Amino acid sequence: MNASAEPRASSRRWWLLLLLVPLIATLWVPWFAHVRPVLFGLPFFYWYLLAWAPGSVLCSAFVYFKTRDVI
Amino acid sequence: MHRSALIVFLLLVTGVSVLGFYAARWRRADLEQLHEWGLGGRRFGPWVTWFMLGGDIYTAYTFVALPALVFGAGAIGFFAMPYTIICYPLVFAVLPRLWRVAHRHNHITGADFVRDRYDSPLLGLLVAVTGILAVMPYIALQLVGIEVVLAGLGLPTRGWAGDLPLVIAFAALAAYTYTSGLRAAALIAVVKDLLIYVTVIAAVIVIPIELGGFGKIFAAVPAAKVMLARPPAGSLGSYSAFATLALGSAVALFAYPHVLTGTLSADSPRTVARNMAFLPAYTFALGLTALLGFMAIAAGVDKLPQFAGYFRQYSNNFAVPALFMKSFSGWFTGVAFAAIAIGALVPAAIMSIAASNLWTRNIYRQYLRPDCSGPQEARQAKRVSLVVKFGALIFAIALPTSYAINLQLLGSIWIIQTVPALAFGLYTRWFHRWALAVGWLVGMVLGTWLEARLRFKGTVYPLHLLGTVVPTYIAVTAVVVNSVVAAGLTWVFRVLGIAAGTDRTAPTDYRSAAAGGAVEN
Repeated sequence: MNASAEPRASSRRWWLLLLLVPLIATLWVPWFAHVRPVLFGLPFFYWYLLAWAPGSVLCSAFVYFKTRDVI
Repeated sequence: MHRSALIVFLLLVTGVSVLGFYAARWRRADLEQLHEWGLGGRRFGPWVTWFMLGGDIYTAYTFVALPALVFGAGAIGFFAMPYTIICYPLVFAVLPRLWRVAHRHNHITGADFVRDRYDSPLLGLLVAVTGILAVMPYIALQLVGIEVVLAGLGLPTRGWAGDLPLVIAFAALAAYTYTSGLRAAALIAVVKDLLIYVTVIAAVIVIPIELGGFGKIFAAVPAAKVMLARPPAGSLGSYSAFATLALGSAVALFAYPHVLTGTLSADSPRTVARNMAFLPAYTFALGLTALLGFMAIAAGVDKLPQFAGYFRQYSNNFAVPALFMKSFSGWFTGVAFAAIAIGALVPAAIMSIAASNLWTRNIYRQYLRPDCSGPQEARQAKRVSLVVKFGALIFAIALPTSYAINLQLLGSIWIIQTVPALAFGLYTRWFHRWALAVGWLVGMVLGTWLEARLRFKGTVYPLHLLGTVVPTYIAVTAVVVNSVVAAGLTWVFRVLGIAAGTDRTAPTDYRSAAAGGAVEN
């Protein structure tokens, strides 16, 4: 039982790498430290970071449904 | 204006206290056991866990101090966004492992796990002492949040009469935490969150309309505050400061005892993982709150004569209360201020429970009364929770606020030094217990020394790496050195053949049944 579950589990764990996307996207400052384009009066810096809050949820929720048995 | 705000505020805060006492009957169980009093019986489902962790992480101090930082320093304050976005993916797979092993061995604290994993009560003690040291000033800072709204409500703020409202609020908090334990915090956290959401949503709709939209708000903010300064040649400038502040805070967050308490009180590893997936949504509200700092600049609250005295006493921490008082009607100001005050009581309760769990498990039972019974253990924890809260109260009343702020800065630098033992230990037993202990000591001394060199005027210390100046959050520098020392010494100690102790956990304790772990019970 375990012998057959093990390889499948580890291959599904690759999905965890997707969690790095919000990390890189919000820590690499030169990508977003500028004013334009402005949205609803908000400089890019602010609405980009605000948008990553739901963006990160989408990423992690996807990973959760892919890996919930194996993490 | 003051009167209607005060009445609504008192009604809400009193109602919450009643709820706190009622919580002892909620999911009734034997509160004479530490895992019932101090972890709510590990029975909180996804929703309650959401409110618990939300109440833990998004504290009143956050809702006051973060906009205050943006108000004073501008864009750099927005590091809180990446911080509270990445902290969850970082531990998405880590915390379910911790939950499993803790559940299997009845660990109440992170220090419990470290002790069993490395067969080292000393390493457990180091983790426990660091946790208590880091969490105490954090509790004291929650009081600052309450103080500024009490002042805004027109209550006296000086002399013994000025301390009285704070003492009453904290006495009520201490009493219902004593009787109901973590259940009180969980129930009140639900109310706290609802009030916070209502306040934040109202604020970001009403205030920008009053001020003529975000375009006008940002036009009123000095350009130097709107955007991070472009780094000069030969330096990474504010960019590396911003990124390391976010990364270091995120890594440190889940080493905090109160956050671990919130995690371990969940009913399953799946509940933990689901919350790690969905909690970033809360960060959106935090980001909107941070924008209040710019709205306060645009509204010019610090230049209004009626607030001048408050700003003198509380400096930028009064920016948000002032903005609310200027923009909201009396009764809604009461709601908003109650949200802040209750938002201080929830984390203060969880933090004091977490600190007393650490004391009871890893110091009292480990070193002072190894043969104590379950009820004796729980009684000790309850009493210590009172001591912790009154300690924090005296701290907040007797010492200047700057002491609490400085100690909290140090606290986050200290707590991250427990991450190698806690987090690496969940994945590998390669590290040697004494190497981790020495690494911890080096990290603590280095972090404290660098912070002292900055004279507590910030937490970003410029490193010189390969001819480039890299301003780096001290916590990151210190924990990297800590980890390198721990790895190097592990190698040395292994070569020398120094005993590494017996691991009391088994590999199957960490994994889910589907991944080859033992079956959940």
